[in-house]
Amino acid sequence: MRFVDEFRDADKAHALAAKIAALCEPGRQYKLMEVCGGHTHTIYKHGLEDYLPESVTLVHGPGCPVCVIPMGRVDDAIHLASQPDVIMTSFGDMMRVPGSGGSFFDANAEGTNIRMVYSPLDSLKIAKQNPDKQVVFMAIGFETTAPSTAMTMLRAAAQGLTNFSVFCNHVTIIPAIKAILDSPDLRLDGFIGPGHVSTVIGCRPYEFIARDYGKPVVVAGFEPLDILQSIYMLMVQLSQGRSEIENQYSRVVPWDGNVVALKAIGETMELRPYFEWRGLGFISHSALQVREKYAAMDAERLFQVPGVRVADPKACQCGEVLKGVLKPWECKVFGTACTPETPIGTCMVSPEGACAAYYNFGRMNRTRVAEAEVARS
Amino acid sequence: MCLGIPGEVIEIHPDQPDLAKVDVSGVRRLINIGLLTDDPPVPGDWVLIHVGFALSKIDEREAAAAMEFLEGIGQAYEDEINALKESLIE
Amino acid sequence: MTVDHDHQPGWIGEALAEHDEIEAEGRRQLPLADREQQVLDRIDRARRRRPKVREERITMSHGAGGKATHTLIEAVFLDAFRNPLLEPLEDAAQLAVGGARIALTTDSYVVSPLFFPGGDIGDLAVNGTVNDLSVCGATPLYLSAGFILEEGFPVADLQRIVESMRNAAAAAGVHVVTGDTKVVQKGKADGCYINTAGVGLIERDVSLGVAQAQPGDAIIVSGPIGDHGITIMLARGELDIEADICSDTAPLNGLVAGLLGAVPGTRAMRDATRGGVATILNEIAKAADVGVLVSEDQIPVRAEVRGASELLGIDPMYVACEGRLVAVVPGADADQAVAALRGHPLGEHAAVIGHVREEQPGIVQLKTAFGGTRIVDLLVGDPLPRIC
Repeated sequence: MRFVDEFRDADKAHALAAKIAALCEPGRQYKLMEVCGGHTHTIYKHGLEDYLPESVTLVHGPGCPVCVIPMGRVDDAIHLASQPDVIMTSFGDMMRVPGSGGSFFDANAEGTNIRMVYSPLDSLKIAKQNPDKQVVFMAIGFETTAPSTAMTMLRAAAQGLTNFSVFCNHVTIIPAIKAILDSPDLRLDGFIGPGHVSTVIGCRPYEFIARDYGKPVVVAGFEPLDILQSIYMLMVQLSQGRSEIENQYSRVVPWDGNVVALKAIGETMELRPYFEWRGLGFISHSALQVREKYAAMDAERLFQVPGVRVADPKACQCGEVLKGVLKPWECKVFGTACTPETPIGTCMVSPEGACAAYYNFGRMNRTRVAEAEVARS
Repeated sequence: MCLGIPGEVIEIHPDQPDLAKVDVSGVRRLINIGLLTDDPPVPGDWVLIHVGFALSKIDEREAAAAMEFLEGIGQAYEDEINALKESLIE
Repeated sequence: MTVDHDHQPGWIGEALAEHDEIEAEGRRQLPLADREQQVLDRIDRARRRRPKVREERITMSHGAGGKATHTLIEAVFLDAFRNPLLEPLEDAAQLAVGGARIALTTDSYVVSPLFFPGGDIGDLAVNGTVNDLSVCGATPLYLSAGFILEEGFPVADLQRIVESMRNAAAAAGVHVVTGDTKVVQKGKADGCYINTAGVGLIERDVSLGVAQAQPGDAIIVSGPIGDHGITIMLARGELDIEADICSDTAPLNGLVAGLLGAVPGTRAMRDATRGGVATILNEIAKAADVGVLVSEDQIPVRAEVRGASELLGIDPMYVACEGRLVAVVPGADADQAVAALRGHPLGEHAAVIGHVREEQPGIVQLKTAFGGTRIVDLLVGDPLPRIC
């Protein structure tokens, strides 16, 4: 596969690993956060951590838009889906996320009609095929996905569809990164920046991280070599005492982002005053809601949503895992009360969550890739 | 952030210019290119696909530059390893 | 936003209670080990506990062939019917009847759509049953075919399906000797469901079973994986994806006979259906209490299947096949086994994908094409397409 296979070449990985190891100052520990769930997935899927020296640790950040949805919002979605004549459409990622009474799969067993779709546009097809039903699209995702929801709404409006609406749970990445940076127990040296969010928002929004917090950011692609190269670029900055924003994923990410996409979002959505992020608490101006102008497509206005807040149990330590203070296995309930089948908190909820990724993929004493070892000696 | 796959644009839909057929490893899919109206792709261009939409065009020059860097590093590494091997022979 | 409730959902309370139980056990048994290892041990204890179905209702996950299915089978069916013949939970039961050894299997086919590139529900019904018998080392002989038909189902479609079954049975050398027909009201049965039972004769001295896998054994797959599952996903038509992929449904009895002839010491074979190759690897690791290490770059996957899987965010290792087998053979016999498989048209791309080992019993590890390693665990339910 072009633009994929070349960036999965193991030989170049050894070279990068050696270079990364060579940049490690003796006695210094490096903690780098990859913000994005997709990066966490790649890291575990390809066993990337095996290429890193002992002194470089990756911390898995809160960039999983599925994981951060509080249980109460899942309950709200199921409540919507339970209304008469409603078909809810949802991405596969959400189907197994449990709310208080179970997940979308469980709700279907109780009689709701929640259907999995691969694109928000599929909801429009379903709406046209079922004129007597209300189709509610469960919109999730960061700025990567919001433009697609926006375009779908614009298309629905252009086609005069009256039985389609959106339950908007889009969240924005910058406030989450800021929340991490502002936490008193922060121990991070740099960030592997979100790749696909950046195709929409560009690289400028990250400038405050370097300027105000002195941490370097490298916007990274999703293939294993992209991530290794980005780590290398971060290590170079750290060794030179620089903190800048760099774009490793320049083949896809334009520095100024995608103006058309941003306009579409701006036309249809606006920032909520605040939104609860599971594991991080309430963050202001961190999520999107449907604009007044498109009220006829806003599920929260069309239906009564209970809006009950369901707190995570006190045993949950996701907040600390998300900020890199705890490793997954250091959480007291990891693997016993909290498993992928019974996820108590956000980090276990979706396969990209730090704990789920570790549980599913990384559960073993790591065997370092030999060459990286040799290079260090 | 999320899953984005590179695909090659095969053709623009004759009746609906905001739809294009893309090819991913022999698999063909119709996607919406409405987010790229500032610089619409033409057949032969590569785009990044996410939930049925093209989010961005893949810049082949940047991709080539990235590969050059990686190849350069790979070559330097190989040279070093060879040098290491040679010095061990003695 | 309204009331700030702090109520604890029932399932969370139960999970925390179990945590306390497991912790208590651990304190009694655990030797001093470093902290991370303690946690891994804790997970291991949790996983080995008696399976329990937590849900009150059946969900789609229970039918996917993954963890939920296994839990359901063990906690409900095995628990109720428990007997030594059922316990091995292999693809077919091995019975002694009169002086003969017989294999008995049953399957139900509920695929939608009924007709897809490469075959139809009828092909699956015959081939799937033949394969379950074959992988136990039995010569498949006789099938039953029970039909549940939806009111309004076109007779012409039924005839098409039955014709496929006739042709598939002829190709496999088996006979359909008894059957049943029921009709249910419109809205049920998705057109047509088929249930089969199959009987075969075990003539070899061979006793096959995944519990016999031993460190040093080679694990072989008979061809490219994921074709069937991806074909079905695309055939559902919801995806706007076109591809030249078709189902790999095929009868494997000839292939199996060739393998067993060349390598009589074959330990086990499994038919890779729902849950895919990853599920079988986990079954081997668990039944024999051994570790399994496979290499990603040895696992054959067609380019289009890989492309479709990447587009959807699905891992082909968990995608169903319908004409592939996974075989465990003694390490020394691996080359002969592959040669025997490749000598048959259905085994053209057979390959060794990994080995059984002592380390990390119960766990399946994958060496990625990139050189790192990761664990391949059982999924809870179906592999779900992801956007993130």
